Amino acid sequence: MEPDPRPSLAVWKFASCDGCQLTLLDCEDELLPLTGRVRIAHFLEMSSAEDAQEPATLAGTGPYDLSLVDGSITTDEDVRRIRHIRRISRRLVTIGACATAGGIQALRNFADVDAFRAAVYANPEYIATLDTSTPISAHVPVDFELRGCPIDRGQLLEVITAFLAGRKPNISSHSVCFQCKRRGTTCITVAQGIPCLGPVTHAGCGALCPAYGRGCYGCFGPMANPNLEAMVRELRHDGMTERDIVRVFRTFNAASPEYGPVPELAAQSAPVPPAEEEPR
Amino acid sequence: MSHRGSRVLRLDALARVEGEAALHLAVRDGTVTEARLHIYEPPRFFEAFLVGRGHGEPPDITSRICGICPVAYQMTACQAIERTCGVTVDGPLAELRRLLYCGEWIESQSLHIHLLHAPDFLGHPSAVELARENRAVVERGLRIKQTGNAIMERLGGRAIHPINVRVGGFYHVPAPAELRPLAERLRRAHDDALETVRWVAGFDFPDATFDGPFLAMRDPGRYAIDSGTPAVMAARADANGATTVAALPVEEFEHHVVERQVPHSTALVSALDGRPHLTGSLARYAVSGQWLHPSARDAAREAGLGDPATGAVCRNPFRSIIVRAVEVTHAVAEALRIIDAYEPPPRPRVEVPPRRATGCAATEAPRGLLYHRYAMDADGTLTFARIVPPTAQNQTAIADDLRRQVQARLDGPGEPPDDAELTALCERAVRNHDPCISCSAHFLDLTVERG
Repeated sequence: MEPDPRPSLAVWKFASCDGCQLTLLDCEDELLPLTGRVRIAHFLEMSSAEDAQEPATLAGTGPYDLSLVDGSITTDEDVRRIRHIRRISRRLVTIGACATAGGIQALRNFADVDAFRAAVYANPEYIATLDTSTPISAHVPVDFELRGCPIDRGQLLEVITAFLAGRKPNISSHSVCFQCKRRGTTCITVAQGIPCLGPVTHAGCGALCPAYGRGCYGCFGPMANPNLEAMVRELRHDGMTERDIVRVFRTFNAASPEYGPVPELAAQSAPVPPAEEEPR
Repeated sequence: MSHRGSRVLRLDALARVEGEAALHLAVRDGTVTEARLHIYEPPRFFEAFLVGRGHGEPPDITSRICGICPVAYQMTACQAIERTCGVTVDGPLAELRRLLYCGEWIESQSLHIHLLHAPDFLGHPSAVELARENRAVVERGLRIKQTGNAIMERLGGRAIHPINVRVGGFYHVPAPAELRPLAERLRRAHDDALETVRWVAGFDFPDATFDGPFLAMRDPGRYAIDSGTPAVMAARADANGATTVAALPVEEFEHHVVERQVPHSTALVSALDGRPHLTGSLARYAVSGQWLHPSARDAAREAGLGDPATGAVCRNPFRSIIVRAVEVTHAVAEALRIIDAYEPPPRPRVEVPPRRATGCAATEAPRGLLYHRYAMDADGTLTFARIVPPTAQNQTAIADDLRRQVQARLDGPGEPPDDAELTALCERAVRNHDPCISCSAHFLDLTVERG
């Protein structure tokens, strides 16, 4: 048989909601053309083909030209599996907040998991899980991290085509504010005093929330070098309490190291004195 | 290995389902002694970290349980929180919620039909190979799916984890002109959906029967999606030949649907009054079929499902693909109806002031009945959360179905099946039920007798 000239693509899943790998199936217009250019060699959610079976013994086939990894590492078995996947992948790209920052399940990183597990489960001994949920990069070298909870379809296609062409993906690391300006959305913080994480959040969603009259809630995680001190001060000014500020950062990218100082900043930042009563 | 001796079959990873699961099958002397769905999706502890959060947060947080049905989580969470606070959201806001849910139904059901399920009937490992043989049907499926996504993107901001949903309503409600472009696409999708019903009705369906009770929402007068009361259809007709459908008030849900932990799975398993029950397409069709949109009802009848208005029930899990296609037709017609009648509400939301109370709600996720219960303090801080997703409920019925189908094949005529054939049979049996495994393995808070 002629060797298949198409580069091979593998999609792997760890702890996640599957939403980021589903994004690939949501590329309705591009899905069939894409399969003309790449061989989808491993994608359990999509195919039961023989060489697409999960390597039970970790003997695995491969090598794969590009591996996309969805989900965070939460078990010992995951640690073993991601190392193997790295070995059989020429390029490894993480897709989404779970794979890139530990995901919402990283909220356990701030709790005593043993106590937590024993308190919640009748038979905690059945449950093999690590005390932490960690990003893929905590375990193996990663060639590129695509952010978002969920990722953006356009950015995913850019990453896949860039890697197939052997170039760097054209994904900016600026903030949601840039995208809001490009979209022509009036700043909801300036105009309406709505708290918004746009100034410190990584672009990618297309600045959706402000366009719908909602403050950004940070589902794409931190931009490069966020000014958290100024951000926390602004959130205080816009009426958020210390507890609300900690909560809004502790969601889908809770374990991002950039967010580490938030609780302290929120505690230091003085509550804004109540505004003088305005005549109604 | 001969089927006369003992053999154990393992399938380490199940393909074309959402999430991670494996199968374990033991056969001794021609009898299936064990059939297990082993869910190894790692636990993510959602209920635990909902405690301590604000009462506005569950729609955003619980949507992350599942990327395939985030709207189901958002709609159920919103209604449960609103009931806790004694608030009802109705009128145009409720209609918009239903429209968003229709978008998810259209997207998710056509994903399952075309990309996950149909390849089984046509002998292909995936829709990509199916497209090589018949590109038009896959493109038609993707077009329907895209229409569902278009509704979610317009109304929800995006298809996966929509951002426009909040307790009490929405952040932004669309002007009629924003929804109108969807109507044209929906009219095309209606034709595509009817074609899909005809296409899948022509598949070859093995014999199989689910003989347990069905559980689905019931809202007399309409096919329940986001509204109604849970209802149980008994497994068998009574002495008078009638099959009873009994309401199970949502407040009593946990007394009847009881969950327990098992060692082989990270998801809990549950039973309805001690019997494995099924929720999802077949259950909905049984409980609400008479209220399908006329075009969907006609399509169901032509597809050989019988007329649900006269009590026709489909108990063959393989035929669930037809029921799903009928439901897509219904959801498309319903979305069109809502858009045509839409008048924007005066406000994008109603206020939902917190209070110290407990409340619960259930809706029909594409995969079946989804139940949430919350308790909160006076300031809205959540003190308790329980979530019972459809796949967790269906697990036992799925395992029983596996056992039944494998046993029937072992007892049937012809050559004894080899491992590859049994594996294929089991995989198909599981995919019939469209299990969403990420949902089932979010790890529930549970009450279990110890000892």
